[in-house]
Amino acid sequence: MLLYTFRRLGLAVLIVCLAMLLLLAAIHMVPGDPAGIALGPRATPEMREAFKVKMGLDQPFFVQYFNFLTNVVTGDLGTDVWSNRPVATMIGEQLPHTIALAIVGLSWSILIGIPLGCFSAVHRNSLLDKFTGVLSVACIAIPSFIVGLYALLLFAVELKWFPAIGAGDSGDLGDQAMHLVLPGLAVGLGWVGYLARFVRTSMLEVLGENHIRMARAYGLPTRRITYVYALKLAILPTVALLGVGVGSLISGAVFAEIIFARPGVGKMVVDAVNTRNYPIVMGGVLVTTMLFALSTLISDLIAAWLDPRVRQGL
Amino acid sequence: MSQNDLVLDVRDLSVSFRTGRGKVRALRHVDITVPKNKIVGIVGESGCGKSTLINSVLRLLAPNAIIEPGSQVDFLGDDVIKMSNSQLTDLRGQRISMVFQDPMTALNPVISVGTQMTDILYRLKIPMAEKRKRAADMLAQVGIPDAQRRLEDFPHQFSGGMRQRICIAMALMMNPALLIADEPTTALDVTLEAQIIHLMKELREKFECSMLFVSHNLGLIAELCDEVIVMYAGEVVEQGEVHDLFHRAAHPYTRMLLECDPARIAEARQELPTITGSVPDMIDLPPGCIFAPRCPRRYEPCDASPPEPYAVSDQHSARCFLVRDGR
Repeated sequence: MLLYTFRRLGLAVLIVCLAMLLLLAAIHMVPGDPAGIALGPRATPEMREAFKVKMGLDQPFFVQYFNFLTNVVTGDLGTDVWSNRPVATMIGEQLPHTIALAIVGLSWSILIGIPLGCFSAVHRNSLLDKFTGVLSVACIAIPSFIVGLYALLLFAVELKWFPAIGAGDSGDLGDQAMHLVLPGLAVGLGWVGYLARFVRTSMLEVLGENHIRMARAYGLPTRRITYVYALKLAILPTVALLGVGVGSLISGAVFAEIIFARPGVGKMVVDAVNTRNYPIVMGGVLVTTMLFALSTLISDLIAAWLDPRVRQGL
Repeated sequence: MSQNDLVLDVRDLSVSFRTGRGKVRALRHVDITVPKNKIVGIVGESGCGKSTLINSVLRLLAPNAIIEPGSQVDFLGDDVIKMSNSQLTDLRGQRISMVFQDPMTALNPVISVGTQMTDILYRLKIPMAEKRKRAADMLAQVGIPDAQRRLEDFPHQFSGGMRQRICIAMALMMNPALLIADEPTTALDVTLEAQIIHLMKELREKFECSMLFVSHNLGLIAELCDEVIVMYAGEVVEQGEVHDLFHRAAHPYTRMLLECDPARIAEARQELPTITGSVPDMIDLPPGCIFAPRCPRRYEPCDASPPEPYAVSDQHSARCFLVRDGR
């Protein structure tokens, strides 16, 4: 398991390095001169040249890449063009909110989606199975900003169960948690349906396997067969899916952050793209990539922990 | 033979399956008995109802199965058909257990062998350490070296033959009165087959359990079993003591089955003998003998009404008019 963890960790680092290469290339390929945009149309050619030297844009591509890598390793993501504050600090302020939102969204989808899928598989073709089927597809079909808007209207404005906007008092954890419930639902609801369908399918497949028949022939309690013997296998594809899914969860978070006026990396990057604030765009995208690599790493480790064949095979 | 000497007494068992095309009558009026400490073999082609029969005994039939009224599956005095779910849970794995055909898929790949074995003992209120000790003992008895340590291992770390040994060990964990073996060696190669059969013989002496052994390998049946039941298209066509049945096969189907057994074909032939035709449609049954359409010795009574079991000798009977008429 230790060896597997190290290998997998190495792979994650490699993925992030490659992503950084692509990111730098993308910035270079986008039309428009960063210096011109940053300094405005009235800047002289000398000013632009000075800006390029200051930002290291006059260097060859691979030197830039190398500088990028070493800066990132030392925790330096550059400085914001507008406020001159370090980008790393700015992202550091926003990141906990985004991570908290992703975790709450994920929790919503796991806590509702997986039991729903198991239930549908065990009671296959029952009325409730059909009902959850329709419900799941509905959950998948509704865009997260619609869910966010209506959740806001219903639970915050009408019923006043949860606060409407912001992230809550920075010192008060309970208040912050209350502020997370509705945005989390908006981000996670689509995944509830997705997971329910996915778990149902893999569960049905596993329940038809020989070893489940054998467990039944040995009179094991149905509960143990369903939730240990079958689910431990059926959950494996779902774990892999979730690892990748966190990526789309983070992009879905942008809407929730805008609707609920929450701080977060997503909103920050959107704002930065609009103002051509390259250091923040790069820093934001880089951190998101790292989050993505981290979540796939975690999901692979969970899969290895669940499945001895993966653990020992690699 | 008195009633008390029987472990399993199946009377007039009929099972059908509801399908889109109609009712498939998979088993019809099957009578079989398994005496104490005996091994009873069941032979027959694929689709003859062997699996339906053993699944009925454990009540593990598919949801679209119907057990027809009048069927009776007596296990040590209790009718399995009338059992409640909790009684069935008590029965399965504890009083009747089963060894499956394919050891490669019969064990759960993500749960350690030790846990799968101790899970079977969930009914016993004994400490975990004691359960693990029992599991290790049982593994040692089926010939798995270093059993204590190997409890931690997962099924993929064992070879096919080893896995079947583990399955047999699991089947014997609760010391059942009846062991059902569903083609336990079909998925294994010949040398392993011999080892497993040897093991089963040995364990049968040690554990004193009766066995229902399903196979399409006549050689194995002859070697291992005390009694044989020949099934064809959902019916028992012939049954009897193993020697008597193999030497004086009365039903044409049994005879043809024996002729087709590759192990018995002494002279080298260009073509292996086969039984022509195929198993009849079990939705629309012929009015007479079920085997008549494929039978080389078919004559007038065969198409009129189905034959009853007629005695060949006192422990051997066949459902064939040839036996009744002494032809």
